[in-house]
Amino acid sequence: MDYGTLRGVITIVVMVTFVGIFAWAYSSSRKKQFDDAANLVFSDEEMNTVSNGSGDKK
Amino acid sequence: MMNHSQPQGADYNYTVVRQFALTTVLWGIVGMAVGVLIAAQLIWPQLNFETPWLTYSRLRPLHTNAVIFAFGTSALFATSYYIVQRTCQTRLFAPKLAAFTFWGWQAIILSAAISLPLGITSGKEYAELEWPIDIAITIVWVSYAVVFFGTIVKRTTSHIYVANWFFGAFIITVAVLHIVNSMAVPLTMTKSYSLYSGAVDAMVQWWYGHNAVGFLLTAGFLGMMYYFVPKQAGRPVYSYRLSIVHFWALIALYIWAGPHHLHYTALPDWTQSLGMVMSLILFAPSWGGMINGIMTLSGAWHKLRTDPILRFLVVSLSFYGMSTFEGPMMAIKTVNALSHYTDWTVGHVHSGALGWVAMVSIGSLYHLIPVLFGHGRMYSTNLINVHFWLATIGTVLYIVSMWISGVMQGLMWRAVNSDGTLTYSFVESLEASYPFYFVRFLGGVFFLTGMFLMAYNVIRTVKAPKDSLPAIAEAKAA
Repeated sequence: MDYGTLRGVITIVVMVTFVGIFAWAYSSSRKKQFDDAANLVFSDEEMNTVSNGSGDKK
Repeated sequence: MMNHSQPQGADYNYTVVRQFALTTVLWGIVGMAVGVLIAAQLIWPQLNFETPWLTYSRLRPLHTNAVIFAFGTSALFATSYYIVQRTCQTRLFAPKLAAFTFWGWQAIILSAAISLPLGITSGKEYAELEWPIDIAITIVWVSYAVVFFGTIVKRTTSHIYVANWFFGAFIITVAVLHIVNSMAVPLTMTKSYSLYSGAVDAMVQWWYGHNAVGFLLTAGFLGMMYYFVPKQAGRPVYSYRLSIVHFWALIALYIWAGPHHLHYTALPDWTQSLGMVMSLILFAPSWGGMINGIMTLSGAWHKLRTDPILRFLVVSLSFYGMSTFEGPMMAIKTVNALSHYTDWTVGHVHSGALGWVAMVSIGSLYHLIPVLFGHGRMYSTNLINVHFWLATIGTVLYIVSMWISGVMQGLMWRAVNSDGTLTYSFVESLEASYPFYFVRFLGGVFFLTGMFLMAYNVIRTVKAPKDSLPAIAEAKAA
């Protein structure tokens, strides 16, 4: 494999990784987990959990 | 928002957070006052009083080091130690080491404040401090990493909140940048020479320089944003999923953008083009993060009318959005041909430094100080509001004057007569800049005045008797 091909392969690997992260973050099975995570900011108070997540509504 | 029921709060280690929070205000005033002085020197050169250690060349690095490493980094220490405890719901790991990071960092700041006016410098921008101080920085920074990551390891929550990811990336990357860029051959205690030379030295320097912007002045403060904006708005971040994509995209891209500081130099052409393209792509995660922060207020916009702290945070995000649009644009080689070495660059930096970094820190501190000292709110909300307007007007005066001055300088420098000779001499462009230097000085005075109001407000809050500053009732409705 010459240097040019290697660069091409690396570009593909990085792209696939990025799409993978995106798919992982937006998969519906993790929605609840991330909603809970977003509320970590408030969870050490007596405040009730606020449901916002307007950006995650789906 | 201002919800200070102090639940398990009593268990947190707030001592080191308090120390760093108060020194942030102090060093902010010192660093910005030096900035105002050197801005005045550009209009009235006699203000150096013919004293070598008051000359512009020595005070300018003192200004940049003070605002970045004394003011900004103290704010990062304070907020990261606070946020990591609250979102991991555990006490700080190794409290004695945490205390060491405070005293060690203050000692480093003092040694910088002494050595820079003496003219002791390694000559690398934003990395001027000589090798013994560089070694001290490394020791304190590694201790910081141990405290921070140790706290994450002993967390009682299962998830690591996104703010901590940003702080973690900032701590690790700054360690790597500092160690690699500071590699030098010592000659005496106060003089060393860089291990690198020529174009390699330039590339290492701006790999360091731009990532100091990317990881210290951006990633660290985004960690602040991801905690204090939701907290002050009383609602969770707009999209937690977006924050994950934001994090990985931002840290993966920033590291490649450094070459845009070296357009049209001896750096290989392909490296310059790569730096330009990476800087352009960087626009996407930057704005993703900015939108995520601002949209956290969706459905709670009315709070901006009554809460100047929230206004500080949201306006800081607007300036962040503005400068992260301006940055990629200035990284385009043809735009850079006009803007580089002019005041436009100085304006761009301050749009980020005053508008984003300082304002998000100030907003966070106004939230933090009452919590740390057991009060419901700051001593005076009106003074926060006045501070907000002083800071906003000061920043706008600064950046607008530098834009006009910078574009004018760029156009004057490149203007040629029909016979190919230069239309203007350098000194003519300098003379034309004087009015704008005065407006810039005025902007600085506005911003600094706001910092003095903040110091007064903070002192009154710290000294206030217990229960004399209850939280505003309306705020609880969130």
